[in-house]
Amino acid sequence: MNIETPVEALKPNDYASDQEVRWCPGCGDYAIIKGVHRTLAELQIPLEKLVFFSGIGCAARFPYYMASYGFHTIHGRAPALATGAKLANPDLDIWVVMGDGDALSIGGNHTMHAIRRNVDLNLLLFNNEIYGLTKGQYSPTSQLGTRSPSTPQGSVDAPLTALSLALGAGARFVARTFDTNQKQMPGVLKAAHAHKGASLVEIIQNCIVYNDGAFDGWTNKKVVSDNSISVEHGKPLIFGADSNKGLAKSDDGFGIQAVTIGENGVTEADILIHDETNKILAMMLADMKQPEFPVALGVLYNNPAKAFDEAVHEQLREVTEANPPGSLNDMLRKGRTWTVEEGA
Amino acid sequence: MATNVASTENGGRKALDSVVIRFAGDSGDGMQLTGTQFTQSTALMGNDLATFPDFPAEIRAPAGTTFGVSAFQINFASFDIQTPGDDPDVLVAMNPAALKVHLKDVPKGGTVILNTDAFSERNIARAGYTENPLEDGSLDNHIVIAIEINKLTNAAVADCDVTSKEATRCKNFWALGLMCWMYNRDRQPTIDWVNQRFGKLPNIAAANIAALNAGHAYAETVELPSGVEAYIVPRAKVVPGTYRAVTGTEAAAWGLVAGAKKAGLELFLGSYPITPASALLHTLTNLKPYGVTTFQAEDEIAAVCSAIGASYAGKLGLTSSSGPGIALKTEAIGLALVTELPLVIVNVQRGGPSTGLPTKTEQSDLFQAVWGRNADTPLPVVASATPGDCFETAIEAVRLAVKYMTPVIFLSDGYLANAAEPWEIPDADDVEPFPVEFRTDPEGFHPYLRDEKTLARNWAIPGTPGLMHRLGGIEKDYDSGHISYDSDNHHRMTKVRAAKIDGIANDIPAQAVATGEESGKLAVVGWGSTFGAINQAVGRCVKDGLSVSHIHIRHVWPFPANLEELLSKFDRIIVPEMNNGQMVNVLRAKFLVDAESITQITGQPFKVSTLEREIRSRVEG
Ligand code: SF4
Repeated sequence: MNIETPVEALKPNDYASDQEVRWCPGCGDYAIIKGVHRTLAELQIPLEKLVFFSGIGCAARFPYYMASYGFHTIHGRAPALATGAKLANPDLDIWVVMGDGDALSIGGNHTMHAIRRNVDLNLLLFNNEIYGLTKGQYSPTSQLGTRSPSTPQGSVDAPLTALSLALGAGARFVARTFDTNQKQMPGVLKAAHAHKGASLVEIIQNCIVYNDGAFDGWTNKKVVSDNSISVEHGKPLIFGADSNKGLAKSDDGFGIQAVTIGENGVTEADILIHDETNKILAMMLADMKQPEFPVALGVLYNNPAKAFDEAVHEQLREVTEANPPGSLNDMLRKGRTWTVEEGA
Repeated sequence: MATNVASTENGGRKALDSVVIRFAGDSGDGMQLTGTQFTQSTALMGNDLATFPDFPAEIRAPAGTTFGVSAFQINFASFDIQTPGDDPDVLVAMNPAALKVHLKDVPKGGTVILNTDAFSERNIARAGYTENPLEDGSLDNHIVIAIEINKLTNAAVADCDVTSKEATRCKNFWALGLMCWMYNRDRQPTIDWVNQRFGKLPNIAAANIAALNAGHAYAETVELPSGVEAYIVPRAKVVPGTYRAVTGTEAAAWGLVAGAKKAGLELFLGSYPITPASALLHTLTNLKPYGVTTFQAEDEIAAVCSAIGASYAGKLGLTSSSGPGIALKTEAIGLALVTELPLVIVNVQRGGPSTGLPTKTEQSDLFQAVWGRNADTPLPVVASATPGDCFETAIEAVRLAVKYMTPVIFLSDGYLANAAEPWEIPDADDVEPFPVEFRTDPEGFHPYLRDEKTLARNWAIPGTPGLMHRLGGIEKDYDSGHISYDSDNHHRMTKVRAAKIDGIANDIPAQAVATGEESGKLAVVGWGSTFGAINQAVGRCVKDGLSVSHIHIRHVWPFPANLEELLSKFDRIIVPEMNNGQMVNVLRAKFLVDAESITQITGQPFKVSTLEREIRSRVEG
């Protein structure tokens, strides 16, 4: 403990605690924590201002490996604890690390409401589409038909799409990246941090033990360019190893479709430009699935509104200015009182 | 009541020592408001008083039904009283259903005031009567004052520019005016309230005031039946000081704010609406300028979790609920306990299990408070005795939470929360401050460093340079605060958590005897809101020379250090509770004493007479 914040610039490693990291060798979480360390060093956030909250699950061990303040709480409830802490001290820089079972199953309610309220929290959702810590049961993001100890014949319930859910709940910032995409991750995390309000970043994470390769179809180096698209505000929605594929309006005009420039009369002019303030576009991007579409990565939506904690404190200030508090005795004596005199 | 002794003549009014009035009507008839206004006026007249609001769970149950009846009882006197009274001397019944439900409690010779306009054939049938109770002789043993209250109210407000529906809604104020005349209550406080409440609707304000005055004038001019007179209840002789009427909800809110101030912290309430605890959320949100943040969370779990998060960040976290909500918070309470963060949990108990009787009072969450968590999870539990006592109990809950770095459960109940009593306003400066000192020194710091005396861990909050550390639900090493799965360490940590709470027994007042001698034949042991009824019952028996004592336990866990010895000085112990026997079993488990249980699980407070019977049957002859 006793790690003094060094006066000189903090290096990525300064954000790591002295505790031995205990994720399985090869777990995607290693890459994510590296990306987070790098991002924090780029932002130079003082260690004492930084707080990492987590729930329960493999990802939830994250705070123990950070040199900042940290609170490993209970399953699904990290956003609720973080909301209380942010309201109590708005100066804190709060990050919440959640897994897919944590954030979307047992804690779905808290995730939804932290987003809806727009609490100024950086919500990192590590989605590996499986329960790791409890040994491999299917999760609410597992693909239909997932065989697991609790679904030996395959799961029969449809998975949910985290970012669609978030946008439905009124999110003002949603982004997606994946564990080994270290080129993209710091930029996405920095954008999330810059956004005042709830920022949800879904980080696709490979669980090497219970769901290895679940995302290979679009994260593997060989296919990632063709099967995913990294969106950037103001830039055309182009993807593909040859940068010749893109997203265009669907033929009926109500949706989008993946097209190839130069085929079927498609030209570059047909390709949509990414507008991170366009919610309808964000919803379509968030919902894109393989194989029909590339998986959308980057900042899909970023359209700030007043943060909850700011609104709460503004109201507190206003009420207090309008009704300046007196002493405790004044509080107790406000309203109807009567006095009984000596000898009455 | 037996104590209704007429004494002196007073301005043509007959003086009474005490009166019990019950206002009863449909949920939509405004009986709670009528009772509250009568209470305010009575408090300002200097009487001692106690009230008992009793309303249905439905917001607007179908009109005219017995299950939709809402009642408000007030006991006021020229002497010190402790309960809302057993049976009403006067019943005001605004409709047949109210009469049907409450007449059985009015003793022979008692007065019944009826709104005859509500006794239509339909309403009479709705209430379950087969014959009109005004005509079938069922009221022969009572003094009946039958008045066409709707009609008289409508006439009174004719000039007030209100619709006929709005006019009829003023009938509760008409009845209030009548009662104000009968018992010589000042109408001005009510008039002030109406003007404030309906400031933006002057016609409604005028109509209510007109109805109030008309009821008063009616009583003054009309000839009342023989046996009914104008009364006066002289002021109670009370300790000099400044007083106000308080409910347990208000006193608890002020106590929590005061406690936080004494700790030098701001208060953060995370709460979720639930009957009957919501009123605390409403009250505290209006105290924002006193350093209070309130947060209505998405559910009970988020409510407690946000409070823990706030404590973690350096405020005093508070959460409030009722039994079912507390059940949902249980896992999070365990987290606060193992991370040793201060947290106050207010449980306004109600009838259970499950949804149970949400608007009725009960004391059945004692086991839940003391033992109702997974694993070895001891925490302090305090319970308040009266509405006013909620103030001190709340301060004590805060003191224990911050001094011992622990969640504390504060047990109130539906009766305490809603009932009102005159309260001598304490001088807040008399409360000894207990300022929190956050850890700032990095030298030798780890999060589980303990104070040698209290065993509380040191409290370092995020934002403090050099003290970065990680908390969490996984067991921590005694000497470093890091994760530890070591079996001996877990044994040691469990023991130290228990020793910390046990040690509180030496930091609380010794258990005193509320009434009676320090030893004797019978100890009547109570806790919580049964205080008034037990104290009065024991007091009467002591007056008659019986060897009975009342022991009231505020510190429900841990018990005061001398409690065991004190109990051993009595031949017999009875424990009256509004549950199926909980404290009695805690006492038996803790002290191996042969305590006997008296239970009442009707959703109603104990009657003094019931308890007196129980006591006498054990010590007489
Ligand atoms: S079980 Fe999976 S998610 Fe958990 S640590 Fe191992 S590889 Fe990572």
